[in-house]
Amino acid sequence: MREIITVANKEFQDGLRNRWLLSITLIFAVLSVGLTYFGAAASGTVGLTSLSTTIASLASLAVFLIPLIALLLSYDSFVGEQEGGTLLLLLTYPLSKNQLLLGKFLGQGGIIALATTLGFGASALLLFIQHNDIAILQTFGYFIVSATLLGLSFTAIAYMISLVASEKSKAAGVALITWFFFALVFDLALLALLVGAETGLSQSALTQIMMLNPADIFRLVNLAGLDSADVNGALAIAIKANLTQGQLLFILVAWVAAPLAIASLIFKNKKL
Amino acid sequence: MKNSVVSLENVSKHYKSLQALSSINLQLAQGEVLGLFGHNGAGKTTMMKLILGVISADAGDVTVMGMKPDNKAAWHMRAKMGYLPENVMFYEQLTGLEVLTYFARLKGKSKTHAKALLEQVGIAHAMGRQVKTYSKGMRQRLGLAQAFIGEPKLLLLDEPTVGLDPSATAEFYQSVDQLKTQGTSVVLCSHVLPGVEQHIDRAMIISGGNTLALGTIAELRAQANLPTQITPQGLNGVLADDSLLKPYLASTGQLVVPEQEKLMVLRHLLADDSLQDIAVESANLEQVYQYYLAKTERSKADKMTTNNSQAGA
Repeated sequence: MREIITVANKEFQDGLRNRWLLSITLIFAVLSVGLTYFGAAASGTVGLTSLSTTIASLASLAVFLIPLIALLLSYDSFVGEQEGGTLLLLLTYPLSKNQLLLGKFLGQGGIIALATTLGFGASALLLFIQHNDIAILQTFGYFIVSATLLGLSFTAIAYMISLVASEKSKAAGVALITWFFFALVFDLALLALLVGAETGLSQSALTQIMMLNPADIFRLVNLAGLDSADVNGALAIAIKANLTQGQLLFILVAWVAAPLAIASLIFKNKKL
Repeated sequence: MKNSVVSLENVSKHYKSLQALSSINLQLAQGEVLGLFGHNGAGKTTMMKLILGVISADAGDVTVMGMKPDNKAAWHMRAKMGYLPENVMFYEQLTGLEVLTYFARLKGKSKTHAKALLEQVGIAHAMGRQVKTYSKGMRQRLGLAQAFIGEPKLLLLDEPTVGLDPSATAEFYQSVDQLKTQGTSVVLCSHVLPGVEQHIDRAMIISGGNTLALGTIAELRAQANLPTQITPQGLNGVLADDSLLKPYLASTGQLVVPEQEKLMVLRHLLADDSLQDIAVESANLEQVYQYYLAKTERSKADKMTTNNSQAGA
């Protein structure tokens, strides 16, 4: 346990030193406060918009940003140390591969979790003070938890990439492609499938396919709790499928655990 | 040998197509310093990784302090081992003290211990600076401090003196001697270096994964049967006329004498009153190393019956 804490502490300190925590928190805070206040500007008014609109807009932006940030933060976590020679050195220490993996995950995951909580929490607090409605805190609570899980999921995916890649630059390339796939290509393909499939995709089949993308699960978690008036398109159909927010969050947790377990397996068989 | 710190028995290791080590046997006693010599790709690093337990042998037994180093149960013993990799770039954005504290903590040691080690290797003045501002020599010292964490019982040092200036090299050998008296076993892995002879108990020469030679330097020298060079001064012209000395005379005016005839030749020379000075130089490690390398090259060439052998020390 001491080893895990030591590694986690180092990774967290690195996150502070590199201004990662500060930048991510700022991005999230500006984004959420901005959307909260000016989200209605498109319809000609400035001021606090409705909770559903805010969350819907936030979710659609965060779904692009969070995976990208998590991948950027962690893609060189192992391949970088491997290139520097410190990975080999660390493995000669009384420290197991899993301890190293978990330590890094705790440290960098801690940065993501803290930045998400502080950044989005700021606008939650702002809204709460204005409206004094407990529903705001609850909705934002779900948002922050799911955003954190989404970040952790991509941190774990970044570890898989970092452990497979032989060079830092290759890892960066693969990370970018991964982001592109989950953030854009997956949904486009889904849309194409919806339009193209002649017999029509059943509602449950669609929902099941969406479970293959943590970004879509994140969207569903947040949109499921809103008035469906603010949500339209394919998502609205999926939302009507009977998956509770709790179940969705559970699947998101699986999306954290599974890549982490795979990363552990890759690490175990990695040649040094 | 029961009390060997490191014991390798018939150890072989191969990567996909490359035979990295074949049938290596080695016993390292407590407090012994072994010089492990070989050129790049000879298998030095593979041997260190096997001893460290980072990789497992394909065949044979590796035992370190009575345990299998690649076994989970042996992990606690890793705190008693120190390793300096050949190429290591420490976390550039961290200060020297932060880097060393991190590694010390992983071995269950404190920041104070890390400070003392930085003091010992002579970079305490720079411990508050980021590693990226360090010179090659300072990085190497930081690496050494890292290897010394927790007073290890076994030290594996890969090219420890690369980048060190002569005085730092001397200091480094001093610390090796000191560790040796404390009972630490050391494996010094390097290309052959001048000045390493006095600090090692035994030398092991490997090439292409095979042991070419293993023994004390005196033993290796005797086995190689390399001649001693004697350089007399003040005997101008006499050497060529002397029937006893003439066969040993080299074109440079030195005498190249087989080890067993050294004393006889010396007595003969000393008997001459016109002798002003004399220098006697036994084959050094470099020559012994070259001899063993050339010997295998020769036997390899013989086997392949090619005529492009480049043998000749």
